[in-house]
Amino acid sequence: MTEATTAAPVEKSELEKRFPDAVKADARPGYAGFLVDTSKLIEVATALRDEMGYDYLSSVTAVDYYSDAPNAENFIEVVYHFYKSTGGGALELKVQTPRENSTVPSLTPLYAGADFQEREAYDLYGVNFEGHPDQRRILMWEGFAGYPMRKDWKEAYFEEEVKPFKNRWPEGQVYRIEDRNPFNKNNAYPQGFDPTGFKETDDPKLYEVLERAAREYSEDIDTEQVVVNLGPQHPSTHGVFRMAVRLDGETIVALKPVMGYLHRNHEKIGERNTWTMNMPFTDRLDYLSSMSNNFGYALAVEKLMGDKAAPPERAEYIRVIMAELTRISNHLWAIGFLLNDLGAFFTPALYAIVERELILDIFEATTGSRMMCNYFRFGGVARDLPEGVLEKIKSLVTERLPRKIDELDIYLSENELVRSRSEGIGVITPEEAIAFSTAGPVLRASGVPYDVRRADPYSIYDRFKFDVTVRQHGDVYDRYMIRIDEMRQSLQILNQALKDLPGGEIMNGKNPYQVRVPAGESYGRVEGPKGELGFYIVSNGKGNPARYHVRAPSFINLTVLEKMCVGQKVADVVVNLGSIDIVLGEVDR
Amino acid sequence: MTDTNPTVNSAGYEVPPELRQNVAITTLDKIWNMGRRYSVWPMMFGLACCAIEMICTAASRYDLARFGMEVMRPSPRQSDLMIVSGTVTKKMIPQIVRLYNQMPEPKYVLAMGACASGGGPFKEGYNVVSGVDQYVPVDVYVPGCPPTPQALLHGLMKLQEKIDSESITQVRWYGKEDIPAIPVPLLGPDLIDPRDNELIKQETSKKPAAPAAAPAAPAPAAEAAS
Ligand code: SF4
Repeated sequence: MTEATTAAPVEKSELEKRFPDAVKADARPGYAGFLVDTSKLIEVATALRDEMGYDYLSSVTAVDYYSDAPNAENFIEVVYHFYKSTGGGALELKVQTPRENSTVPSLTPLYAGADFQEREAYDLYGVNFEGHPDQRRILMWEGFAGYPMRKDWKEAYFEEEVKPFKNRWPEGQVYRIEDRNPFNKNNAYPQGFDPTGFKETDDPKLYEVLERAAREYSEDIDTEQVVVNLGPQHPSTHGVFRMAVRLDGETIVALKPVMGYLHRNHEKIGERNTWTMNMPFTDRLDYLSSMSNNFGYALAVEKLMGDKAAPPERAEYIRVIMAELTRISNHLWAIGFLLNDLGAFFTPALYAIVERELILDIFEATTGSRMMCNYFRFGGVARDLPEGVLEKIKSLVTERLPRKIDELDIYLSENELVRSRSEGIGVITPEEAIAFSTAGPVLRASGVPYDVRRADPYSIYDRFKFDVTVRQHGDVYDRYMIRIDEMRQSLQILNQALKDLPGGEIMNGKNPYQVRVPAGESYGRVEGPKGELGFYIVSNGKGNPARYHVRAPSFINLTVLEKMCVGQKVADVVVNLGSIDIVLGEVDR
Repeated sequence: MTDTNPTVNSAGYEVPPELRQNVAITTLDKIWNMGRRYSVWPMMFGLACCAIEMICTAASRYDLARFGMEVMRPSPRQSDLMIVSGTVTKKMIPQIVRLYNQMPEPKYVLAMGACASGGGPFKEGYNVVSGVDQYVPVDVYVPGCPPTPQALLHGLMKLQEKIDSESITQVRWYGKEDIPAIPVPLLGPDLIDPRDNELIKQETSKKPAAPAAAPAAPAPAAEAAS
């Protein structure tokens, strides 16, 4: 498992042989992958995609290597993780660029899925992606001062580089950080800024882009078009998400998602937290499936920590049981609310929520919390299953849930209205699904049998028999059906895991207050309910991560939304969005 | 209506027994408050994780309908209560203020969870507003991260109590003067609260010892005061 994400040695030499002067293996201790010459990046990526089969660009992110020590070598590194859509480990490329005028060629023309991720790196790190078709800020707004993820950028409430802060511990001198700010708020302004008569610049730029996209769609028809903003306060955007839509009559000619309304600076805070402190924060990413988030983060850190954090058998099984229960509860919710979007207002959702509540009861009994479980630890889980819970899970998994899933299936899947509203809507071909780096149910509903649990098995998933579900049409209906299929597969996994659950320890050693993580980088990924959830972390051997990045499936799946919607009726927008199943906590982080 | 209904027949007048089936004597405040407390319509408006618990509260098991509050309105024009259920970010606060301004009076705000009450776990974040009460007045705070549905129900009952204590002659929205709308913050180099304009000008024109962003040097005096 530990080697899974490092590339097989064959490719290593192959790539290096192919580009002897542009590619060299990353020799820093604890690092893997290849350093690529910035000017050759496009060429290398093209070869990777077209000749070596690395057609899936999973994650793009930037890392700021910065130290204010004199003569420190400061630069920004952009990190790419490529996979084959047929399965296997990652190929990791890195390009380095100076911190001033950082420029890297954009991979969006090659891998459409890089679009939002590059915009994010531009927004937060100020890396300029040359050739990006629409480089705007994505999480913050146009006009925001500075690139907040850079190590030398400090927020208004900045206290100290790392936690725990002194004002809480150990001297116990408590003060409120607000009192140290002249505005009593989390705000700071550049020198000489005058707010009188200030005009916002975010929206005008958005509408410009929207118009450009509309013109690309149809040059010649000169009909009157209107712009409609769905959200950020809209009952069917599943949170605070906004879509700026340009309509010709009822037909969508251009759509731009606008996000960041829930950008909570997860990564910036995560790099200040200690390793263990981040665990409860991951709960709040995709708050409908906190256990999967825990899982991904635990895997990434355990990979760096090596054997001393290998979870014991019982913990592995408990992890799988919890992760699969999470998947079921997430899919129940997703289906309920997709039906809501389809117009079956709240009745199916209420039925789905009943079942979800039963699963939450199990979580509450085990972890103490319904939603924010904070249950995984590096090297195990926080507590053992309390008395009686195992029986509850068993009866739920063997008796209640299968019937309830069948019930949903019987009542909904053949329903005339559901079918006519969802069949043939928002079709994504397999090629598009891969190019746009979609993940999870969206990818599999388009006929690509890619599931991290099978393609690059982690934990103990290689021990279970289950099918990777696939559907062929790539429309909303298939994205609904695949969730029903997946719940059934999860039940199958649960049945096996419950049967084999061994006794014994639940933690490797004692649960420490602080963990020591050796220097290096690691990328841990799990198949979350929304898709591939990855954590890219860099450690410099200190008590907190030097870089902590979340490859958020909901966020990247949204890249394909415009493609899904353009040319269709405005009423289908909410349905398409519902079928992707986003959670804003994860989209905006 | 029977004569035992304590919320109505308690104005201090004796109703003759033969009329008790048909006549009720009460004060205007009481009947007015009773009507409002059992039909607080929340706005269908979720921000973050807490919104999920809010939905659960409204759904099958916890059944908000028992309080007459299940009618969630997607439009601020039809709602009485804004449940701020989640992290308030700088990018979102202009919309929240706008929605609040659009709600007709009487209107209430319930800050659900640590984030809405004071910033919560993400307080230090550069895009996070430390509590919605920096911009709109809050009536009830519900602690928790997220508050369980029971906690939210408790908060809503507290709101009902608050409504009960109001008098039609004293509430601020039936006064002579208009209640001014809250100025909508702008997204500039950082969030701009128009009420702070003067202060911002003053601060940014100071000759820099340190930029405003840097934390003030430890000030033991201020510490002791807080
Ligand atoms: S209080 Fe906690 S649960 Fe609620 S929005 Fe904030 S982080 Fe999420």
